[in-house]
Amino acid sequence: MLQTITKLASLKNFYFFCGKLLPWFAWPTLILMVVGLYWGLVEAPADYQQKDSYRIIFIHVPAAWMSLFVYMVMATSAAASMIWKTKASEVVANSCAPIGAAFTFLALATGSLWGKPMWGTWWEWDARLTSELVLLFLYLGYMALQSAFEDKRTAARATSILAIVGVVNIPIIHYSVEWWFTLHQGPTVQLLKNKQAMDTSMLIPLLIMATAFKFYYVTVLLMRSRNEILERESHSKWVQEEKERL
Amino acid sequence: MINNSQHALKTQLWRDFTLAARNKSEWMNPLLFFVFAAILFPLGIGPDTTILKQIAPGIIWVVALLAALLSLDSMFRSDYEDGSLEQLTLSPYPFAALVFTKVSVHWLLTGLPLILLAPLLATFFHLDGDATLILMQTLLLGTPVLSLVGAIGSALTVGLKRGSMLISLLVLPLYVPVLIFGANAVSASTAGLDISGHMMLIASLLALSITLAPLATAAALRASIG
Repeated sequence: MLQTITKLASLKNFYFFCGKLLPWFAWPTLILMVVGLYWGLVEAPADYQQKDSYRIIFIHVPAAWMSLFVYMVMATSAAASMIWKTKASEVVANSCAPIGAAFTFLALATGSLWGKPMWGTWWEWDARLTSELVLLFLYLGYMALQSAFEDKRTAARATSILAIVGVVNIPIIHYSVEWWFTLHQGPTVQLLKNKQAMDTSMLIPLLIMATAFKFYYVTVLLMRSRNEILERESHSKWVQEEKERL
Repeated sequence: MINNSQHALKTQLWRDFTLAARNKSEWMNPLLFFVFAAILFPLGIGPDTTILKQIAPGIIWVVALLAALLSLDSMFRSDYEDGSLEQLTLSPYPFAALVFTKVSVHWLLTGLPLILLAPLLATFFHLDGDATLILMQTLLLGTPVLSLVGAIGSALTVGLKRGSMLISLLVLPLYVPVLIFGANAVSASTAGLDISGHMMLIASLLALSITLAPLATAAALRASIG
């Protein structure tokens, strides 16, 4: 077990390992995405109150779920690279940040698009919106710190500390915003309060889309990781050989 | 060993104070910024007493936060450049404790004066005596958190040439909870609400950052020194 892990931790092995995994995630992503989108956007019935505009949840909700999930993956691999100093986990953590930022941005943008016809405003200082926005800044800070260093390994040491500090802070930020909101005034808008009462005809496509987003995330993560490995090891012999092969 | 450590911490404290006394502008400028920036708001918004009263807690807290941010860049900079930080990592004494001493000195020079200046700003914004007292209490509990959490950002960027812009990007999201509870405690007290919940939450943030932030800062400094 330990041997396989240490073997994987070498960038070259990790590169080929990612390459082998890639089709197992890329094809399901495509299939799930097509099925989920068709089901959600065409087959699922319209909401009795929100009509067709509710359909944005098939993008919005999975993106919002992923935004936190990606941060957890990032922080876990950051912790791994701090403890075992493995290069592979550094690569994974680095590759997570832009993807997570993109998911967070997507969740905010789709929420804003939905908010305009539903709440009558592009932006509301709602607890969830605010903590999602802060999460976006955490991602951007991570990326900025990472790009500020020239040496990749020094950058990884700094960013992994930041990711771990962020993970301690995410629940604090989330609850402080939530309590701030509840202390401030009664909730004027309830985001999907009838979620438990969601009909299966809507729930199934939502879950399919959530799975599709997970697979999409892993696909992009593998691709980004491979890319970063090639960049880091660009001087080594196997990368040159790989370049010629491609 | 414990006695030695205590002695080392005392020496460290004394050294940092002496350095600060010889280089006054480093910690005076953020304080001046604190006052000037706060004065800009009544000038920009207009001298309406009710509006000023209403926005005072938020503005004073935001300005305090920015002043803390301004002073962060210099926290470890000179020690990093002249190599004394590297010596500290090599010393046999617990590095996190030495870092904590440095952060404490930073707070005593930049955080504590903010609290003492707060009544002045409160007068500008027509806050009454009770609200001013609450404001000072929230600052007393909150500004150490700003120094402690800010130290992590400062430590992460100390090896970079242009770190100061980056610090704000790293640290500001982490300042959100302190700002929320600090400013809202004052607003809630002027509205006649109970604020013990706010105060306890800021106090718990302080407890959490006292225990964890020096460790993270020490790790970040080690990473920066390489």
